[in-house]
Amino acid sequence: MSVQSPISSVNDFVVRFANVNGSGSASANELFARAILRHGVPVSPRNIFPSNIQGLPTWYEVRVTEDGHLGARGGVDMMVAMNPQTWDKDVAAIEPGGYLFYDSTKPLPQTKFRADITVIGVPLTAITNSTYSDPRQRQLFKNIIYLGALCALLDMDPKLIEQLIGEQYKGKEKLLSSNVHALHLGRDWALQNLKCPIGLRVKKADKVGDRIFIEGNNAAALGAVYGGATVCAWYPITPSSSLADAFATHCRRLRQDPETGKARYAIVQGEDELASIGIVIGAGWNGARAFTATSGPGISLMTEFIGLSYFAEIPAVIMNVQRAGPSTGMPTRTQQCDILACAYASHGDTKHVLLFPEDPAEAFEFAAQAFDLAERLQTTIFLMLDLDIGMNHRLCRPLKWDDARQYDRGKVMTAQMLDEGRDFGRYLDVDGDGIPYRTYPGTHPTKGSFFTRGTSRDRYARYSEEGAVYADNMQRLVRKFETAQDMVPRPLQANAAKPTKYGVIYFGSTAPAMDEAIQILEARGHTLDRMRIRAFPFHSSVASFIADHDFVYVVEQNRDAQLRSLIVNENGIDPVRLVPIRHYDGTPITARFIANAIGEHQDQLKLTPLRKVKS
Amino acid sequence: MTYIAKPKFHHPGLTKNRLGYTHRDYEGKISTLCAGCGHDSITASIIEACYELSIEPHRVAKISGIGCSSKTPDYFLGNSHGFNSVHGRMPSVLTGANLANRDLIYLGVSGDGDSASIGFGQFAHSIRRGVNMTYIVENNGVYGLTKGQFSATADRGSKSKKGVINTDSAVDLVAIALQLGASFVARSFSGDKTQLVPLIAAAIEHKGAAFLDVISPCIAFNNHAGSTKSFDYVREHNDAVNRLDVLTGREPIAVDYAPGTVQVVEQHDGSKIALRKIDADYDAHDRVGALAFLQKHAAKGQIVTGLLYVDPDSEDLHSHLNTVEQPLNRLEADVLCPGSAALDKINASLR
Repeated sequence: MSVQSPISSVNDFVVRFANVNGSGSASANELFARAILRHGVPVSPRNIFPSNIQGLPTWYEVRVTEDGHLGARGGVDMMVAMNPQTWDKDVAAIEPGGYLFYDSTKPLPQTKFRADITVIGVPLTAITNSTYSDPRQRQLFKNIIYLGALCALLDMDPKLIEQLIGEQYKGKEKLLSSNVHALHLGRDWALQNLKCPIGLRVKKADKVGDRIFIEGNNAAALGAVYGGATVCAWYPITPSSSLADAFATHCRRLRQDPETGKARYAIVQGEDELASIGIVIGAGWNGARAFTATSGPGISLMTEFIGLSYFAEIPAVIMNVQRAGPSTGMPTRTQQCDILACAYASHGDTKHVLLFPEDPAEAFEFAAQAFDLAERLQTTIFLMLDLDIGMNHRLCRPLKWDDARQYDRGKVMTAQMLDEGRDFGRYLDVDGDGIPYRTYPGTHPTKGSFFTRGTSRDRYARYSEEGAVYADNMQRLVRKFETAQDMVPRPLQANAAKPTKYGVIYFGSTAPAMDEAIQILEARGHTLDRMRIRAFPFHSSVASFIADHDFVYVVEQNRDAQLRSLIVNENGIDPVRLVPIRHYDGTPITARFIANAIGEHQDQLKLTPLRKVKS
Repeated sequence: MTYIAKPKFHHPGLTKNRLGYTHRDYEGKISTLCAGCGHDSITASIIEACYELSIEPHRVAKISGIGCSSKTPDYFLGNSHGFNSVHGRMPSVLTGANLANRDLIYLGVSGDGDSASIGFGQFAHSIRRGVNMTYIVENNGVYGLTKGQFSATADRGSKSKKGVINTDSAVDLVAIALQLGASFVARSFSGDKTQLVPLIAAAIEHKGAAFLDVISPCIAFNNHAGSTKSFDYVREHNDAVNRLDVLTGREPIAVDYAPGTVQVVEQHDGSKIALRKIDADYDAHDRVGALAFLQKHAAKGQIVTGLLYVDPDSEDLHSHLNTVEQPLNRLEADVLCPGSAALDKINASLR
């Protein structure tokens, strides 16, 4: 084995905690990430967990990044190996020159280690057992003790951790002091017995600013509260359950009538996803803002109702926290794999609006906007989250709300308008934008009622199987979808400093890795213009961006390049012009992966220009 | 036959209800079902019940699934909004609609295929939740629109029009509704309007999940010898346990029955039902007794009809969820949106 000097890096490294699910490590690990933030240094943590409640391996990875690269980096500089079950794999994952932190209470044979890494043993179990007798306390405080040791090894300020513990256990003095005690047990042992600090260090900086640290599911739930959702129906499914849970928590605090204590919302846990979307559609039909949160298998079950929402034109919002499919797939791993399933959900000719937030801040904004869009367009709006955004804390700009903002309730004909003699045809395109007026049930004693149905009908909602009448309605739905193009969030474009023939299209949770990859690629001499797509239907600027470049890479987290297919299909683009860059192993995409994949393709292009190959 | 416009003329002598509406104001489009279909009789009974109750026609939301029965909401209450949704999913759509606006009356119309097969789960869970609704199953034991397949309510041993004997056990929706906690459970027969009209009226007045199973013979596919849902069979085996008079907002009808045979049930909104007992042993407040009674008579091949169970102190989903009195669909940003100051506090807690 080669002699490897230990990695030395300040505010730029990756620590991975290998734990056992259910051991109480999650809160200690999160405390570690928050403590680094309090040093003014950005972090990007990720949960890597199995579909299990207790006993299986789980990892928590913290990327410490003063430069603010919030995508996953790949590779591990320091492994906190607390799980014997995954020891060999964990040790092998450490970068050459990296560090292994482990519980040295029980001696391990030399063959269990590597020569090219620095091994740091702390007798965690021995320290814990000599201090605590209660088994549960032993388990929980062991986590805080390793946090204390890391504090010394990484040269962190213990006062900042104490401050966080103080905020967490405010009013619970006994818990507060015992946690602080455990922290110092670990820290003192490390200071006395180990060489501190090691090559990896946290140094105070000022790079966090006013940013907040929040999970995408939580932010989307807040967006639903701010966007005026009053009915939520859902069925538990990973990774979306925490979204509905967060909505319930926020509603209890923010949505009670202060005088009566009564709820200005209704949340129903459906018996399945069919009932959940049915409840949403019933509520939307009756004029309430309603949503469901689900994931891929739920989308599959909901598709019949999604078709009804499209054809009968009923507002609905579906928040899809995507996970790796197909079938049950990998329920706790991330992907962007439901693009086509959602864009064209249901039998017959259908198309649906999709929104692609890049982070929790956009998840909040787009979630609130989804309810305006659903009522304006009278159809289903998909908020396309994924596990990477939804279930991980992400540093993002603070959430903002303009108090002057009113809800757009769309085209609703009132009793007064009906009395004034306005012609009401439920499916009549009065404004040329494909969007008809609707009435809420119970509006008027003699005017404005209609029969909603999933069968074909004429402009006045009367049943009809006439070919021309059916085609007329289907054409109007196309017009409506064209109208949607200019209502949904536009793509964001960032051009390279100098003109380039190459572009890249990406969306959603790929954004932070893409931003970082651009820097790596530029350092290697590859310049690219960037376009981040934020919604479907695609804005006209997508087609012009592609037209302006020889090749455009489409970076996405699925096997079949689904967004690329959608662009090709909807914009009539020659597929040769769109080069797929696909990452789909269930881990979040990294800048290294993108830079390598695009870099390789670019290098090939330089060797043999395509024009010459063809000629 | 929707292309046949129904004339809107009223005979000047038509009687009017308390609100000044005539029967015609509660009608809908001309039915497209087969002539003589039991479902059309149920439609007529719904019209009658709404007229009797002096309901404002537009304050009802009619929601159905898919099938012959689910088409019928187009044939009554033409000034109400109707929603012919997805096969077997009326209960969830109705639940959502009810959550959005608690002030309307919700009439769920379904069939035996819609509720006992494809939508069995949704039927069960809407009853469990106590959604405030009148849930009517127009039960003919057969799939009519697809030409005569057995449904899940067809009795074991009954014969299809093609001569096939049904070997599967029947689902008794009434027994299941009782078991799941429905607070109003009744069964009737489309051919017995005098029994059916007051049952529908009482179900509408009831607060909570009111379930009504109406046996409604299919004239085209299930009205032959060997069927247990034919007109003749149901008439011969009908065992009514009681008769109702609904006394909403009007002077009690002069009741002249033998002493001890009339029981007045007062519902939530003050409406009263006068229950005329036919079977002296039957107690409509005893859920467990009702289940046993049903089983005992089913074993003898009898179809028990009447008001089988009512809980006058029932609650509904809105009371379970403690929602505000004002319909949720009328709330606007001023009360729904917590505003930027609250958001600033949330932001501060996330640093």
